Amino acid sequence: MATKKVFVAGFGGQGVLLIGQMLAYAAMYEGKEATWMPSYGPEMRGGTANCTVCISDKPIASPLVTSCDVLVAMNGPSLDKFEDMLVPGGHLFVNASVINYKARRTDVNVHYVDCTHIAEQEVGNGKTANMVMLGAIIRASGVVSLEIMDKVLAKTMTGKKEKLIPANKTALSAWKE
Amino acid sequence: MKPVFEYTKGMRETEMHYCPGCTHGIAHRLIMEVLEERGDLGNCIAVSPVGCSIVAHQYMNVDMIESPHGRAPAVASGIKRVHPNSPVFTYQGDGDLASIGTNEIIHAAERGEKFCTFFINNAIYGMTGGQMAPTTLIGQKATTCVEGRTVEQAGMPMRMCELISCQDRAVYVERVSLDSPANVRKAKSAIRRAFKVQDLKLGFAFVEFLSICPTNWGLSAPKSMEWLRENMMPYYPVKQFKCPEEVKEVK
Amino acid sequence: MAEKKLMKGNEAFAAAAINAGCRYYFGYPITPQSEVPEYMSRELKKAGGAFIQAESELGAINMAYGAAAAGGRVLITSSSPGIALMQESIGLLCSVELPVVIINVMRGGPGIGSIQPGQADYNQVTRGGSNGDYHTIVLAPNSIQEAIDMIGKAFDLADEYRNPVIIAADGMLGQMMEPVLMPEAKAAPTEDEIPMVKPYALTGHKNKRDRHAINSVWLKQELLENYINEYWPKYEKAERELQDWESRDLAGAEVVFVAYGSTSRIAMEAMEILTNEGIKVGLIRPKTLWPFPNNAFKEIDFNTTKHIISVELSQGQMIYDVKLAVECKLPVSLINRVGGMLLDPQEIVDRTKKIMEVK
Repeated sequence: MATKKVFVAGFGGQGVLLIGQMLAYAAMYEGKEATWMPSYGPEMRGGTANCTVCISDKPIASPLVTSCDVLVAMNGPSLDKFEDMLVPGGHLFVNASVINYKARRTDVNVHYVDCTHIAEQEVGNGKTANMVMLGAIIRASGVVSLEIMDKVLAKTMTGKKEKLIPANKTALSAWKE
Repeated sequence: MKPVFEYTKGMRETEMHYCPGCTHGIAHRLIMEVLEERGDLGNCIAVSPVGCSIVAHQYMNVDMIESPHGRAPAVASGIKRVHPNSPVFTYQGDGDLASIGTNEIIHAAERGEKFCTFFINNAIYGMTGGQMAPTTLIGQKATTCVEGRTVEQAGMPMRMCELISCQDRAVYVERVSLDSPANVRKAKSAIRRAFKVQDLKLGFAFVEFLSICPTNWGLSAPKSMEWLRENMMPYYPVKQFKCPEEVKEVK
Repeated sequence: MAEKKLMKGNEAFAAAAINAGCRYYFGYPITPQSEVPEYMSRELKKAGGAFIQAESELGAINMAYGAAAAGGRVLITSSSPGIALMQESIGLLCSVELPVVIINVMRGGPGIGSIQPGQADYNQVTRGGSNGDYHTIVLAPNSIQEAIDMIGKAFDLADEYRNPVIIAADGMLGQMMEPVLMPEAKAAPTEDEIPMVKPYALTGHKNKRDRHAINSVWLKQELLENYINEYWPKYEKAERELQDWESRDLAGAEVVFVAYGSTSRIAMEAMEILTNEGIKVGLIRPKTLWPFPNNAFKEIDFNTTKHIISVELSQGQMIYDVKLAVECKLPVSLINRVGGMLLDPQEIVDRTKKIMEVK
């Protein structure tokens, strides 16, 4: 497998960095190489946030990207700003709960994910919207397998967070193309 | 026959570089005598400053380290983390503690560091040749205020005991004077109390010693003692600012 | 067998230090390294160590000075302007031969600068900003795993050479996450064992030996000269024995990049693009910045290599060491960004081609 590059962008607080981290964990537990690189800045809340995840079978040179195979836009400004980074034939995930217009690109696979609505209706917990999006990314792009997410949840949600595992599992499978 | 007076084991038998009449020798000796009577010379770790007493480790018979200018309380904080049960003290002059090292002393006091600081206040920079110190009095002449310190130009002299005694975790704060045999005896009691505070891990202990600098004051030693009493004591009152109940009886 | 963990650089640095037997850490917040003091405040006590959030970087480095003098294994971390504040005491540590490991998570400078990754502290870490004659050993990892391994090695080198060792990391390494394996943990000496392990340490003389005086002031200059001449051979030994580097594809290379740290990874990606375009390109990646790996340049085939390019996130700082190592056999070019801006692989490719056009 050549290096797959995933770029996730949105507002701080939307779980942008977490989506990226979960992908990196999944790749690691699948025995692959992975890097996760966040943008970092002076804002703690409400500013823009993005992160890059690289997944590969061989050691990853640069963890930075100028183009990506998977783009996740959690808000409108991110879609507008980063849409052109996506390679032709790549996967574009649009958070349709926040973005109420269509993507410009026609040479990529666009997936509109109404993640907040799905999280509220299907999972019964609006806070799992980012996990609904993560499930969509995994199932539509195949950068990692959905099966490995059981291990990721078990390893990352420990202690007080353990009780959140069932809801997160439901969220990961909630989106349908 | 029983000897009535002996050279303290706390002082190394070597020639001192301090000027004639300087009170550093008295302060050194008092601290070392207290450590000797406590049986702590072998356990103590001390920090010397930048200033006249930079080479105090040549005179004091305890493990010792030189600090960069003003940082002795930070250095002692590090030492105390590695050897939490060893008696540790810093020995600092007025430029070192009350000017360049103000941040370190205030924060060490506020953390309630379990070491003692012995502060030598002679109202002048000695080693560099008589410049104005943060504790130089209004009207006092120095080589950087040859007409005498003015409030307009340099502000008021720093009163460190008053400042530190406002800090909750500085539990023992006392100002003593080295101007007379009676006051020297009282100073020694203050040192004993400071180490007792450290033994009991009660908090930070701070003792200020009003001292003289005949060379840079341009006075003889006896005249310097008079000058200390007439000029320093009114502004820097000799007094116990704070003392925990547990050590009040220590004389 | 230990399982791989996904760790953020800064947390991995802290964990690696504890793993290497470090029990004393004194920190002060500064972006992009603040996860180190945060991690240490949580974890060091569990390992039986001590953490202080110092009043300033000056406080932190001098607490480290005290703890190192007392025989502890000590870590200090900061980012560029914070390291600048510590310089006085880095020279002091050298002057009294005390071991401390210092991680500089470099950001853009000069001045307060930017908080994005930078390498413009090359001179600050390899030449130092303190007064007097001294050197610090400087290691430059390019991945989190390598940083973990180098931190373990740094503590041993610091003890062996009785000298500060600096890890030159940057904001990218500090902030990114990668899967890592922690090596086997080393025990820290107990307080009672310190006099055996570090006979110079301040422990109290216990009335059994002369008092130890750790002194940096010399009122007789001829004694200071003797003292410096006595310890100086350790730096010559370091220059002989510690040079470390990685080289790639030097045989037959027309172009050789010299790059360290995060930048070397971006250069590696540029190499892939250039190789695919039929341009033969090699790489020397210094893993020690001081001593600079001059020996690496003996591997260059000067029959085929026509261009040597220093790739760095600074306005041409490492390039002077590269020029010294190349010994005027070829001109040395520079590809760089500054101020916290990163190079991207395509930019390196384009600028390399421009350099190759100039005859």
